[in-house]
Amino acid sequence: MDNKFNMTVKNCDLYYGDFHALKNVSMDIDEHEVTALIGPSGCGKSTFIRIFNRMNDLVEGCRVTGDIRIGGRNIFDKSTDVPLLRKNVGMVFQKPNPFPMSVYDNIAFAPRTFGMGGIKKRRELDAVVERSLKQAGLWDEVKDRLRKNAMGLSGGQQQRLCIARALAAEPKILLMDEPTSALDPISTGIIEDLINELKVNYTIVIVTHNMQQATRISDKTAFFLLGEVVEYGSTEEVFTKPQNKKTENYITGRFG
Amino acid sequence: MSVRVRYEKELKEVFDNLVLMCRHIEIAIEKCVKALTERDSQIAGEVCEEEKAIDKLERDIEQSCLRILMMEHPVASDFREVSAALKMITDLERIGDQARDIAEITTQFGDGEYIKKLEHIPQMAVIIIQMVKDGVQAYINRDLALARSLDRTDDKVDELFNVVMNDLTVLIKKNPDNAEQAVMFMMITKYLERIGDHAVNIGEWVEYAITGNHP
Repeated sequence: MDNKFNMTVKNCDLYYGDFHALKNVSMDIDEHEVTALIGPSGCGKSTFIRIFNRMNDLVEGCRVTGDIRIGGRNIFDKSTDVPLLRKNVGMVFQKPNPFPMSVYDNIAFAPRTFGMGGIKKRRELDAVVERSLKQAGLWDEVKDRLRKNAMGLSGGQQQRLCIARALAAEPKILLMDEPTSALDPISTGIIEDLINELKVNYTIVIVTHNMQQATRISDKTAFFLLGEVVEYGSTEEVFTKPQNKKTENYITGRFG
Repeated sequence: MSVRVRYEKELKEVFDNLVLMCRHIEIAIEKCVKALTERDSQIAGEVCEEEKAIDKLERDIEQSCLRILMMEHPVASDFREVSAALKMITDLERIGDQARDIAEITTQFGDGEYIKKLEHIPQMAVIIIQMVKDGVQAYINRDLALARSLDRTDDKVDELFNVVMNDLTVLIKKNPDNAEQAVMFMMITKYLERIGDHAVNIGEWVEYAITGNHP
């Protein structure tokens, strides 16, 4: 992959069998920006972000058409190294999903799997683990229990662990699917601050049902409805003067 | 949806109070001009009561808007509507203050005959009352054309202001003894002219509420 990691989507359609889940979606996502995807449940937001790490490949009957590029390269090209793509495009889910192993092994998972940067020495791996946990704002809370099972962490800690695990793979793009919907306001605040810090180095796409969260953390917002992108623009513009009546009605709670 | 019902109800409360505030302003301006033309200090005193009512309504509307912002987290046109109301009431409250200031000045003329006929000042008052009413109506009816018309109407107020200022300058030059009254008339006229400006501000916030652009 090249050095640039902007994402461009042109005329993308996605089908699950007969179901037309994404309809002629086009969107350009710039590097180092946070893009929020909003819209009612089942409108295609998660389906859309799963295109970028080709997670939909794992879904039987799923078919994608259109031109989808990261850094100018078509990710559906035969030459695409899918594991490398998934290393570069990290993902955090709604429900924290730590692996049933120690905190340390969770974070070390990607560096060990990808054999990144020729990490051979124990000391180097320790450094990656520490750096990733610090980036996710979790280090101080877990540094004395790195060998303990990650399942014993609180929900908010588990979610930050999952973010740290994603960061340890040194991705360029971070996809977040409602990462704070199961968290209390304090954990949510920590993760929102984290997103703000991470955008310096990463491109972030986040699905959220929390309108205030979208206004707080994102630069751009896209409103999805029934598989279509109804409106896509600067977050400030979308939330103060949306151009489309459907967007207005949705965000003001008049339908959906 | 229940959340919407509550929001609409709270916003209606803001609308009702704005209309009430506007009504008090109308009475306050009418009374201060009447206090001047009829040289009636009792009526001047009544303007203070109106001003208190206006201040109270400003607080009430402010509280309602802040409550809506906190509870409902409005966005898009809802957000613009609430923030416009918050800004408008500041102008409306200032108008109340200026009406009270005019009323106070009317009590300081003493018994001497007026140095000039009161003709333009009542004309200004009629226009600015209509401007304030139009501003609030435009907000409630989301009437963009009416909101935008306020700027042009204000030109008439400015013209009358200039006429009065020239008249007073001539009167001072003619006889320096006129200066004392002339200064008081000048201040009254200036306050009225400022009220016109506040009405224009209101019109601009109405435009923001409707279009999202503040002119």
